[in-house]
Amino acid sequence: MSMSIIYLSYLLAASLFILGIKGLTKPRTAVRGNQLSALGMLVAVVVTLLDKNILSYEWIIAGLLLGGAIGAIMATKIQVTAMPQMVALLNGFGGGASLFIAIASLLDPESATHSVAQVAIGVAVLIGAVTLSGSLIAFAKLQELIPGNPIRVPGNKFFNALLFAAALGLAIAIVITPDNTNLLYALACVSLLLGVLLVVPIGGADMPVVIALLNSYSGIAAATTGFITGNTVLIVAGALVGASGIILTKIMCKAMNRSLFNVLFGVMAAGGEAIDADEVYAGKIKSTSPEEVAMMLETAAKVVIVPGYGLAMAQAQHAVRELANLLQSRGTEVLYAIHPVAGRMPGHMNVLLAEAEVPYEQLIEMDEINPQFEQTDVAIVIGANDVTNPMAREDKGSPIYGMPILNVDKARTVIVVKRSLSPGFAGLPNPLFAKDNTLMLFGDGKKEIVELTQSLKEAD
Amino acid sequence: MEILLLLTLFVVAIFLGVELITKVPPTLHTPLMSGSNAISGIALVGALLSAGSGAGFWVNVLGFIAVVLASINVVGGYLVTNRMLAMFKRK
Repeated sequence: MSMSIIYLSYLLAASLFILGIKGLTKPRTAVRGNQLSALGMLVAVVVTLLDKNILSYEWIIAGLLLGGAIGAIMATKIQVTAMPQMVALLNGFGGGASLFIAIASLLDPESATHSVAQVAIGVAVLIGAVTLSGSLIAFAKLQELIPGNPIRVPGNKFFNALLFAAALGLAIAIVITPDNTNLLYALACVSLLLGVLLVVPIGGADMPVVIALLNSYSGIAAATTGFITGNTVLIVAGALVGASGIILTKIMCKAMNRSLFNVLFGVMAAGGEAIDADEVYAGKIKSTSPEEVAMMLETAAKVVIVPGYGLAMAQAQHAVRELANLLQSRGTEVLYAIHPVAGRMPGHMNVLLAEAEVPYEQLIEMDEINPQFEQTDVAIVIGANDVTNPMAREDKGSPIYGMPILNVDKARTVIVVKRSLSPGFAGLPNPLFAKDNTLMLFGDGKKEIVELTQSLKEAD
Repeated sequence: MEILLLLTLFVVAIFLGVELITKVPPTLHTPLMSGSNAISGIALVGALLSAGSGAGFWVNVLGFIAVVLASINVVGGYLVTNRMLAMFKRK
């Protein structure tokens, strides 16, 4: 097949990717968008298979069958709660693919002939390897194979800078002496180690940022491999993914009021004196029962549900949706307030609720829902903590000061469904629990909501 | 000269990506990530060329590993995205 046909097909594939992402800008067109994007991939793969440089198909067929089967099994078996782990793994595989392509390219005497290709190989190995090992650590943390809390390594910053400098030095050495493949293996090892050390110190709360950032890296790695052989579709597709990851990283950082630098180097904002939980809560906590809450809901005109990751942990999504349905059938307006970092990756909570068949029109973003809390009769907080902490708004000395929060405390009555008064990721007491208009409903999220729904039904 | 054209393509694609992706609503950010993950499986194209090339056994083996990883990305990414988006579609 002639080069022009191949490159025109790559152009078609790239256009389909762009249209595919455009489809994702609206829930209505998103399924079609994903299909267009998949069609683009099919075009790119089929055309590449017809390339005259491909001499044998044994390895290709074996690889496609094996990888395709693993991918299909993963995609159908995975629970929506485990989606962050899956995306972390996929990021890693994308980076790994770029890493192995780059190494193969240097071994191939025909492909690494000019200095541009050699530079690209070095960069692709560096980014690919960091993405691979970093993603595997992120996966292990999310899957709780290793502790999710930040692991402090003394001198981490200095050591990482040293590794990065070594990697750059090796990349330059590869361009000078491309025949010395040992340099490439050394670069791969240094980069793999760098990826591990970059992610190990990052705590569970910052995982959404890390996944988004590694997503970006996996795209940039793919684009870099495109520079090795001048493959246009690799460059365009990789750049699109790189941009996507960067934007999500920025959104996540903003939602947590953390700079990317602070996330990457595990710096928490210096807090004032430690706040004593007993002092905040002493004598001010009022607990309630499902029956009492049901009575309040009977007369409520507007209810806002504030879900956090705890809701998913308690598998309470369906119970919550049933409560919402019951309220709606009684004429109560029900909305869900979604904080950008609810869940463990960007948009995670939305997918969890969509799985429980909550219509997406009822999922309201933070900026839109915040002015509505003052007209809300009852706000029900389930499994969310730090994102409702009024200290972020009021206490300048607080480590989370400045983090955008959901202003649930402005609602007429706040019900917090929670097992105990234990703190969230930030490790801080939450003065919301001690407010005059807050009632604590202690217990398992699912059980309490089911009882609440039952009491409300009986009231009719 | 060719490198300058490729670089132009890369930078323009990043700008286009930024413009497009800022319009994706937060509701769809998880499917966006898994969907863009599938797109980054485009590395499969490079992997196929290595796995099928006549450049020697080790190039083919490395290419094979890359084909496996990239096709997990492509197949897994598109299927799981489709699964999630179907949840948003139904009423």
